[in-house]
Amino acid sequence: MIATAHTTADVLVFVVASLLMLIGAVGVITLRNPVHCALSLIMTFFGIAIAFVELNAHFLAAVEIIVYAGAIVVLFLFVIMFLGVDRHEDVGVEPLVGQKPLALASVSITVVGLIVMLAHSNWVSGATAAATAGVPVKGGNGNVKELGSAIFTTYLYAFEITAALLIIAVVGAVLLARKDRIVETEEEVR
Amino acid sequence: MTIPTSWYLVVAAMLFGIGAYGVLTRRSALIMFMCIELMLNAVNLTFVTFAHSLKDIGGQAAVFFVLVVAAAEVTVGLGIVVAVFRRRNSTSVDALSELKG
Repeated sequence: MIATAHTTADVLVFVVASLLMLIGAVGVITLRNPVHCALSLIMTFFGIAIAFVELNAHFLAAVEIIVYAGAIVVLFLFVIMFLGVDRHEDVGVEPLVGQKPLALASVSITVVGLIVMLAHSNWVSGATAAATAGVPVKGGNGNVKELGSAIFTTYLYAFEITAALLIIAVVGAVLLARKDRIVETEEEVR
Repeated sequence: MTIPTSWYLVVAAMLFGIGAYGVLTRRSALIMFMCIELMLNAVNLTFVTFAHSLKDIGGQAAVFFVLVVAAAEVTVGLGIVVAVFRRRNSTSVDALSELKG
């Protein structure tokens, strides 16, 4: 790989991915219709997937599209349609006085603080001991194999616990949906 | 030369800020969940960026677990939203103020 030949393309990909992410994110917090918010969220996820490919995380890019854009947003859309709340929310109403300026101020302080911290730390240069601690990432044609072996060896217990977590989540969701239905039918019988 | 690590980190910080602003200002529980997803994804981007720059696969493994936890969280969270909607007929978090002192 010639170092300079890739710069323009890399910058272009970065700019496109960042614009997709940020425009999508602004859409999520400004659009009034929840369905449009969910579609903006998909746009953000596509931007993040592009950034993941650029950062040599091909498996995670695919999973980002399949799990986030495919499953989670569809679940959101399903709930929106199911509840029939796809009407416009009043964004202008402000029950708490000064909530938006305060939120904007605290968020700006956080983001500016993070950026200042980035500028003054040596994380970005990678000059830390952590650089040699873990399993190395191979560049180029993806690193699905390394990610798989890391998850099934170093992080095996965490991986097994996620299985339990998913089962608990599914049982919890079914219980939450089911319990209320029983209460409702009892009320209807009365 | 590839993109500097700090560019991605700045974008991730901005994405996190937008998500946090959404959680703080939007009233619908559904939109708040979407904003939480935004924040989780900002952190995922940070993890992958550091995995790339520090040459450590652990960052990508962390993103994998964040994905699983996010999926579980959305499942249970939306279940709660549906259960609340059946009682209150609204997804606004302002409708849930019984515990207010």
